[in-house]
Amino acid sequence: MLSVSELSFERYFERVFEPVSFEVSAGSLLLVTGANGCGKTTLLRVLAGLLEPSEGELNCRQQPLYAGHNPAIKDDLSVTENIRFMMNFMGTRGNQDQTALCQQVIDKVGLSPVAQQEGRTLSAGQRKRCSLSRLLFCAESLWLLDEPYSNLDPEGIALLDSIMSAHLNAGGACVLTTHGSLRPEGFALQECLLISGRAQNEWTTT
Amino acid sequence: MNRFILFFHNTGSPPWFYRFSGKLIPWLWLGFAVLTVIGLYMGLFLAPPDYQQGESVRIMYLHVPAAWLSMMIFGLMAIMGFIALVWRIRVMEVLMISSAPIGAAFTVIALITGSLWGRPTWGTYWVWDARLTSELVLLFLYFGVIALYNAYDEPRKAARAASLMAIVGVVNLPIIHYSVLWWNTLHQGSSIGTSGSGIHPSMLWPLLIMAIASKFFYGANLLSRARLQLLKQDHRKRWVRELL
Amino acid sequence: MRGAFLALLRRDFLLAYRRRAELLQPLVFLLVVVTLFPLGVGPSPQLLANIAPGVIWIAALLATVLPLDSLFRSDFEDGTLEQMALSGQPLALIALARTVAHWLVSGLPIVLMSPLLAMWMNLPDEGVPVLLKSLAIGTPVLSLVGAIGGALTVSLKRGGQLLSLLVFPLYVPLLILATSAVSAAVAGLPYGGQLGLMLAGMIGALTLAPFATAAALKLSLS
Repeated sequence: MLSVSELSFERYFERVFEPVSFEVSAGSLLLVTGANGCGKTTLLRVLAGLLEPSEGELNCRQQPLYAGHNPAIKDDLSVTENIRFMMNFMGTRGNQDQTALCQQVIDKVGLSPVAQQEGRTLSAGQRKRCSLSRLLFCAESLWLLDEPYSNLDPEGIALLDSIMSAHLNAGGACVLTTHGSLRPEGFALQECLLISGRAQNEWTTT
Repeated sequence: MNRFILFFHNTGSPPWFYRFSGKLIPWLWLGFAVLTVIGLYMGLFLAPPDYQQGESVRIMYLHVPAAWLSMMIFGLMAIMGFIALVWRIRVMEVLMISSAPIGAAFTVIALITGSLWGRPTWGTYWVWDARLTSELVLLFLYFGVIALYNAYDEPRKAARAASLMAIVGVVNLPIIHYSVLWWNTLHQGSSIGTSGSGIHPSMLWPLLIMAIASKFFYGANLLSRARLQLLKQDHRKRWVRELL
Repeated sequence: MRGAFLALLRRDFLLAYRRRAELLQPLVFLLVVVTLFPLGVGPSPQLLANIAPGVIWIAALLATVLPLDSLFRSDFEDGTLEQMALSGQPLALIALARTVAHWLVSGLPIVLMSPLLAMWMNLPDEGVPVLLKSLAIGTPVLSLVGAIGGALTVSLKRGGQLLSLLVFPLYVPLLILATSAVSAAVAGLPYGGQLGLMLAGMIGALTLAPFATAAALKLSLS
């Protein structure tokens, strides 16, 4: 589904991370780990197509779904309106009625008590849940999730794990980043340790 | 690989560009020096004074080449910017952004010489003459490109943003030029046209020689700037360390 | 594609409605700027009538550029823009939808308010319909071309002033054509040529500017 060889990205004429190679096939999960500032977010943005790789090859069958640090929630719209806009704009899988689907999604991610509240009133965890609600209706089969566990409570983490395992069982694939403490539980996963390009440079010069 | 593609490929490689331009620069300076001496001598001593404008017409030998070059550089920036955006050639990005200060400088020269010429001719330093006005707008376009480049932190992203701005500017440049011409039709008619020239050869030759000399200057200056920029950008890379 | 375009337009109108107090800002700005001129140059009706087309047009120019800085900014900062860019919908379409929304909420009110300004500035009656027409043709161009600048500066912390520096030189031809059309109408001369050229400019901007804006957005997201 996604194959990457000797991929790296340069900023300020230095590699952000050392070249990486991996392959993600249907039904598998790749965990990108590494210290802060080693380029996890950059790698995911390269994979999503927002950044162009400086070296190496990136083969991606179709446009992946990218859920970054910014939850893409408009402060002036209610949770329902936010989700409805995403549905209208990005499209949904299947031909379900969007109003019903939206209700269903909101119930599933546990936002029904705040469904009519404006985006600005949401807590960080609620924002995260709102942005993860896209996973429930999107049509993409490859997901790129940047720190999906941050700000989530244990219940939210369990919810995310169940969404991901359903996705993997249905033949989807997932790339996610984490800086260590929280890891997906109960998945067969590949791991890719990113090494900061800058650190590498310092080692070689001293 | 055929020779043309190989040349294109090589030009895109900073070390190759560095070596190649290093060989070229002395010749460009030489060409500039020789042509300038000849052109200035012809223009300032051999060419006759204008029967209407008198000696002040000699400013033309500086003003007109500067004005031509200022427009040419903006056009070249757009072309280089286009190549940089489409093929992501770093040398082109560097060449494009290194052209901007030179182009802006020539625009300023054209404006200053234009108003110096205006003082004896019109009796005032600044008249909203069509060509001076469109040079002024061109200067603002240069400022826009340079300011945009400086506003970005990441040099490659900055160069691509500036390239895009140069392309947008160059699409507008002829529109601006003609609308300003049309806005102010009280100006000197263009003396050098494509079909026949209303200017006497004794004045035309020094003008053309100076115009070519200014292009040599641009080439030499541009390559020197681009080399410096590349060295700065690549100061951690091996080819630079081996060089220095 | 049409669905996404309409969804984005609908969202923008909803957002504009939620922040309707802000919609008045450019209009009040326009009124204030135009008011400054009689105070600055004196209330002589003939003088005001002479400079009226230029004053109204320059004020309209300033008032359109003012909200351009925020055209893509909030979508950029909250991550909506990158999501839209990755949705598979063409970026030019997103750019066009945002520009259309921008014009409808900030350009169109300026057009509608221009007769009032013309009255204040003592513009002769023959000039008013032409002023309206020139603004109706010209303000979309202001929005379309300005969107390129807005997209180029969206990732910069303070883009406002730079944005003006980038787009004002590009507005020169429009300003020249529009003001001369109005002046020509006042003088009883034909003005169709100027308006025709402006219309051509609008069609050109409509076909080219969204692509430049899209390229600028892609760059800002990288």
